[in-house]
Amino acid sequence: MSLDIPRSLTTLRDPADVIFRGVARSGGIIVLTIMSLVGLFLGFRAWQALSVSGFSFLTEQAWEPDSGRFGIAAVLVGTILIALVAVAIAVPLATGTALYITEYAPRKIRSFLIGLVDLMAAIPSVVYGLWGFFFLQGNITPVSKWISMTFGWIPIFAVDGVDPNDPLASVTVYTSSTFIAGIVVAFMIAPIITSIMREVFAQAPLGEREGALALGSTRWGMIRSVVIPFGKGGMIGGTMLGLGRALGETIAVYMIISPVFVIQPHILQNGSNSVSSLIALRYGEATEFGTSALMAAGLTLFLMTLVINFGASAVVARSRSGASS
Amino acid sequence: MTDTVAIPAASPTTLRAEVLPEEQRAGREERRVSGVRISDMLSATGAAVASLCLTSVLFTQIAPLSGPIAFAVVAYILFMLFYAILVALDESRPVVIDRLILVGVHTLAFTIFATLAFVVIFSLVRGAEALPYLNFYTEDMSLAGPLDPLSDGGVLHAIVGTLIQITIALAITIPLGLTTAIFLNEVPSKFSRFVRTIVEAMTALPSIVAGLFIFASFILLFGLEKSGFAASLAISVMMLPIMIRSADVVLRLVPSTLKEASIGLGAGQWQTVWRVILPTSRSGLVTAIILATARGIGETSPVLLTSGFTASLNLDPLHGPMVSLPLAIFQFVKSPEPTMIARGFGTAAVLMFVVLALFVFARIIGGQTIAVKERRAEGRRAFWNAVLTPLRPLARLIAKGFRAVVTVSRPAVESAVRFLKPHLATAGAVIVALARRFAREVRAFVVLTFSKIRAAASRKRTPEALESPEDPSTPETPETPPAKDDTP
Repeated sequence: MSLDIPRSLTTLRDPADVIFRGVARSGGIIVLTIMSLVGLFLGFRAWQALSVSGFSFLTEQAWEPDSGRFGIAAVLVGTILIALVAVAIAVPLATGTALYITEYAPRKIRSFLIGLVDLMAAIPSVVYGLWGFFFLQGNITPVSKWISMTFGWIPIFAVDGVDPNDPLASVTVYTSSTFIAGIVVAFMIAPIITSIMREVFAQAPLGEREGALALGSTRWGMIRSVVIPFGKGGMIGGTMLGLGRALGETIAVYMIISPVFVIQPHILQNGSNSVSSLIALRYGEATEFGTSALMAAGLTLFLMTLVINFGASAVVARSRSGASS
Repeated sequence: MTDTVAIPAASPTTLRAEVLPEEQRAGREERRVSGVRISDMLSATGAAVASLCLTSVLFTQIAPLSGPIAFAVVAYILFMLFYAILVALDESRPVVIDRLILVGVHTLAFTIFATLAFVVIFSLVRGAEALPYLNFYTEDMSLAGPLDPLSDGGVLHAIVGTLIQITIALAITIPLGLTTAIFLNEVPSKFSRFVRTIVEAMTALPSIVAGLFIFASFILLFGLEKSGFAASLAISVMMLPIMIRSADVVLRLVPSTLKEASIGLGAGQWQTVWRVILPTSRSGLVTAIILATARGIGETSPVLLTSGFTASLNLDPLHGPMVSLPLAIFQFVKSPEPTMIARGFGTAAVLMFVVLALFVFARIIGGQTIAVKERRAEGRRAFWNAVLTPLRPLARLIAKGFRAVVTVSRPAVESAVRFLKPHLATAGAVIVALARRFAREVRAFVVLTFSKIRAAASRKRTPEALESPEDPSTPETPETPPAKDDTP
């Protein structure tokens, strides 16, 4: 009767293997501990400030911890706006570049381009910040001006205090804006997004590609009906990872924006803020309570990027292209 | 084919190495539809010429437009328009769309590559002013004020600081990161999957949060001072997930047949890891480490929060602020002085050279597949064979002579050994004593040099009386008093 039941197997490991498994497992435990300590410590230090401010931490715009009025409404909106501008610019660029590398580039230079994209992802952010501050700032203002003149009727493109008929109007109202910071961050995150999208596009099955071509499709037709549907998960995941990067970017944003502590919805106008640049700006002069408030801001940023990252991994793992990972 | 692993900094997917066997994949290279016809070339050129002409007319004669950016945008739009019309003359609608997309994709790719190249070149050109000065690499900024010319002061302190910080960070992250990556692959369980999820979510940990964590724990809670060591810890926290992630991807690519063969031959798990998995994936692991290093070197905000800024050289990672290259850039360009800004760009150029060197190094190592290595080894063997063949008779002759000498002198040597054996212990003691003496001299010399350097370095800094009693500081650490005596 019981012939069909498989015999249970026991593995006898020799001491070396037992030690190895123990060491490996403890490595995993240490890493997990460090990673959870990041959250725990921030939460622990932030508690003091959060218990004072309560829910108004999310709705208050000013940042005066020592007088009790502080909140991240302004900096959070600024962070999200900068990240959205960055993603809106970076995603089309990255998609085009990824498609170029996988579909259009001559095979000989393809591996060179892949290396180049990876190298770009490793360029320090402070270098982008230098470029944004010393070059882009001065050269992008005509574009900002043109956008605000032409599309000023759309609320986010409006700029206060500008007289379109005044030919001598100063352009400083267009500097240090969310838009410029967003452009710089866009070029910073574009290589990462490109790299992920390229990898997913390259995995699109050959049989389906050739099937589409054999049915008379053009190259774009093939891309639209095979490559992009196959890589959709990777595209979304890559975009979200880029968004996470953009939310956490500090130095480049800090160098470009001029901080304001009100919600600034006009992305072309001087003045903006972000959580990370707030921390970099205020940590030095903060009192103990002020530091706690900064920790609370850091915790918010941390949780936000964590949620976005989990979302990205979930999307990628769900998708057809990511099923094997 | 795919054993050169290009590791994207944070890619969520594996390369599926085991989908197709090697030979089959090699045979199924992707087919590329190409073939540019003369009419395509002609319509593209025609559209380009037409758009340039029309834009020039528009700008000079008709519309009140000006500026190079506006010119480029208008010309581009007109080009797309003309090109679409020209293609539409003899092609169907899907083909027109295909062509327009082709132009668009090329434009986007060109934009991104051109911009990023420009970012790099811009920093190099602006920094070229500071780079030719030799003192830029051999002096720190402690004696150079903002108004001093570029022939005074340099970024030695930042270079040294970066090297010290990244060395400590690597000493922490390499063992921990690689162990964890092996754990994720070789000891699969629910727990390891959980760790992998957490690590993957942490890859985009904002660097300032890593800095804030170390600031909150080590500096505020444990009361340690801001130092290069704290900065290296912050960098480690940031680098660790990146390294684990890419090492994990590399380890997953080790063919399971290799592991099974090893286990089947009776090797234990540890032996399999040590003898099979690690050697197979060595180049990929080195690439993972170097890419994480490149990221760690370039981070500014963790160092800003945990180490603080100083203008002088600090060789002691445990005490006092220690500056790194990105932080030095950040501080330089805050100044309105053109020389300081030039120094900032020069430092950026140095930093990019470091990152580029690491990257090229990673590429070279990562590109070394087993097949390539074999071929190189084969080539070397052939080369030495060719060189040595004519010398072989000579070598044989020398060997013969040597052997003859040995045979002749053997009795003499043996008697000498017999004579010396009782005195061996004495000789050993003498040698040890001499070696100890020598080591003492060297240490004294090192201490003297360090104290001199520190004296020069701390001339501007306020002397810190804070000496934490619990740390058994290294013997090289000089006391501060002699440093103070040196300054008039």
